[in-house]
Amino acid sequence: MTPDREEPPVHVPDGFLDVPTSIATGVVAAGVVAVSLRRAREELAESTAAAPMAGLVAAFVFAVQMLNFPVGVGTSGHLMGGALAAVLVGPWTAIICLAVVVTLQALLFADGGVSALGSNVFLIGIVTVVVGYAVARGLMAVLPKRPASAVPAAAVGALVSVPATALVFVGLYSVGGAAELDLSQLAVFMLSWHVLIGIGEAVITGLTVGAVVATRPDLVRLTRRYRTSLLLTDADGTSREVSAAPVTDGVKRIGVRWVAGALGVCLVLAGLVSSFASANPDGLEYVAERVGFIDTAEDSVVAGSPFGDYAVVGIDNPILATGLAGVLGVVIALGVGLLIARAVRPKAPGASARDTEKV
Amino acid sequence: MGAGHAHGASRSVSDGLYLPGDTPLHRLPAEVKLVGLLAFVITVVATSREQAWAFGVYGLLLLGLVALTRLRPGTVLRRMVIEVPFLVFAVLLPFVALGERVDVLGLQLSVDGLLGGFNILAKGTLGVLAAILLSATTTPRDLIVGLQRLRVPALFVTILSFMVRYLDVVVDDMRRMALARAARGFEARHLGHVPVVAKAAGALFIRSYERGERVHLAMVSRGFTGTMPQLSAPVPTSRQWALVSLAWMVVASVAVTAAVAGDRTAWLVMAG
Repeated sequence: MTPDREEPPVHVPDGFLDVPTSIATGVVAAGVVAVSLRRAREELAESTAAAPMAGLVAAFVFAVQMLNFPVGVGTSGHLMGGALAAVLVGPWTAIICLAVVVTLQALLFADGGVSALGSNVFLIGIVTVVVGYAVARGLMAVLPKRPASAVPAAAVGALVSVPATALVFVGLYSVGGAAELDLSQLAVFMLSWHVLIGIGEAVITGLTVGAVVATRPDLVRLTRRYRTSLLLTDADGTSREVSAAPVTDGVKRIGVRWVAGALGVCLVLAGLVSSFASANPDGLEYVAERVGFIDTAEDSVVAGSPFGDYAVVGIDNPILATGLAGVLGVVIALGVGLLIARAVRPKAPGASARDTEKV
Repeated sequence: MGAGHAHGASRSVSDGLYLPGDTPLHRLPAEVKLVGLLAFVITVVATSREQAWAFGVYGLLLLGLVALTRLRPGTVLRRMVIEVPFLVFAVLLPFVALGERVDVLGLQLSVDGLLGGFNILAKGTLGVLAAILLSATTTPRDLIVGLQRLRVPALFVTILSFMVRYLDVVVDDMRRMALARAARGFEARHLGHVPVVAKAAGALFIRSYERGERVHLAMVSRGFTGTMPQLSAPVPTSRQWALVSLAWMVVASVAVTAAVAGDRTAWLVMAG
C-alpha cells in the first residue's frame, strides 16, 4: 500500500473494504485453504507429516518476513515469501503456511484487520502463491531441465506475484473500497510501486532458492522431478547411470461431489449476500442522488461493463439483478480458476519422467 | 488460564503481544473473546461512515475495556503504530478521491474522499484497538484451544500450534546466524550485501525443513497418528457467553441507531 519498511506491503486493516467484500473474500479464502489442507497431505511425505512440516515451514516464512534486507539509502525491504514458499514446498503447502502466518499475525500481533482476515489470506496467502508458482512452473517448461533453473524461475515468479497481488487488491478496492478513486490511476500507482517491491522480492527469492539448490536441491519442490540421475562407478571402472526415482503421479483428484457442494455454497452466498448487500444504494450515493451531484461523479472503469454497479444490465428487479451478478461473478471466477488449474496441473504420469519420491 | 511463559525479561516472539494479568478479560476463555472480537469488528465495519458519533461511542466502549485490563496507554499507543501506513492512505484520500469538492482551509478536497479517509481512520483504529485487547489478554496456547473449540479444521489448528511451538526455535536460529555474521564484522549496508543475507535465509529454510523431518520422525516413533490431543482450558460458562452477547447487543444497537439516523438525514435532504 504505502512505502514502509517494517510491514508487508498489503496487510489490509478493518474498514478498508466493506462487509460484503470481506465476507466474499473470506469464503473464497476458506474454501481454497480447505482444498489445500487436503492436497498438502499428498505434497508431503506421509499424511502425518503435514502438521510438523507445514508448521516449521510457516515458522520459517514468519521468520524470513522479519529479516530486513538493505535496499540502500538507509531503507530496507523484506520478503512477503509467497512465491518463495511455493517454489520450495509446493503451492498447496505454501498456501497453508501463508494462511497460518497471516492468521497468527492478525490474532497474536494485531497486524491486519480481523474482519479483513479473509481478504488478507486471499491476497497474501493465495494470490502471491498461485501467481508465483504458476509463473515459475510455466518458465520451467522452457528453461533447461535441471535444478539450477529453479533460480530464475523463482525470481520471475516472485517478480510477477507482487504487482499481480497489488492489481487484485485494486480489484477488491473497486468493489468494496472506502471512497471512489480514479481506478486506472490507483492501478498505475499501485503497479509502479509494487513493481519496485517485486524487484526486491525477485532478487531475494532467487538468491534464497539458489542457496537451497546449492546444498539440498532435492528439497526444492519446483524442480524435484528434474533430479539428475545417479552415476555409479564400479570397482573395475565401468560406470552406469541409475534413474533417480520411480515414476508415479501420486496426486489424487478431488471428488466431484465435493466440488459440486463447494460451488453450490459459493453460488448461494454470492446470490444472496450480494443482493442483500447492495440492493439499496449506500448512504452517500442516496444523498448524492437526491442532491443531484451524482451526475458529476465520474463512473468507475467497470461501470460500462455488464456487471457495473453490481447489477446485470437489462434486468429491472434490482435484487434479482444484483444476485445474478454475484452468481455470474462466481461462475466467471470458477472459469478463470479452472484455466489456471489446467495450466499448472502436472502432466499425466508417463508423459514425462516424473519423480514423486517424497521426502 | 495461567500466565503462560511470558514474563518480562524472557519475552519471546511466540508470546505475541501477550501481557500477563488477572483481569476479567484475561479470565474470559479465548473462544468467547474471538467470537466477540469478530462480531464487534464486523458491526463496526458495517456502520454508516456518516455517523461519526457512533465511532466515538465504540471508542469509549473499547477504552473502558482497556482500563479494565489495566493496559498502560503508552503500551497500547506503541502497538497501534502498526496502523500508520494506512493512516497515510487515509490522509491522502481526500486529495485524490473523485466526486464533489468542498473548500477546506483553502484546499479543494473531495467529499467522498474525506468520508472515506475518516472511514478507514475510524474503523481501522477501532479494529487495531480491539485486536490489541485480544492479543494482550490471550496466550497463544489459549488462542489455539479457542480455535479448536470453534471448529476450525483440526489440521489447520495443528499446523498453527506447531508454528507457535517452533517459532522461537526458528527465530533464534536466525538470530544466531545474524550474530555470527556480526561477530565476523558483517554489516548489511547496501544491495551488494543482499546475497549474504539471502544465503542465510536459504540455510534457515534447510534447517527448518530438516527440523520438521526430525520432529515428525520423533513423534511418529512415539505413536503420533496425525492428530493432536485436545488441549484443556476452562470451558466458557453460559454467563460469560451471555455477557459477551449483551456487550455486542449494545454495540449493535449503536449501529442500528446510526443506520436509522442516516436514513433520517437522507429524508431531510430529500425534503430540502
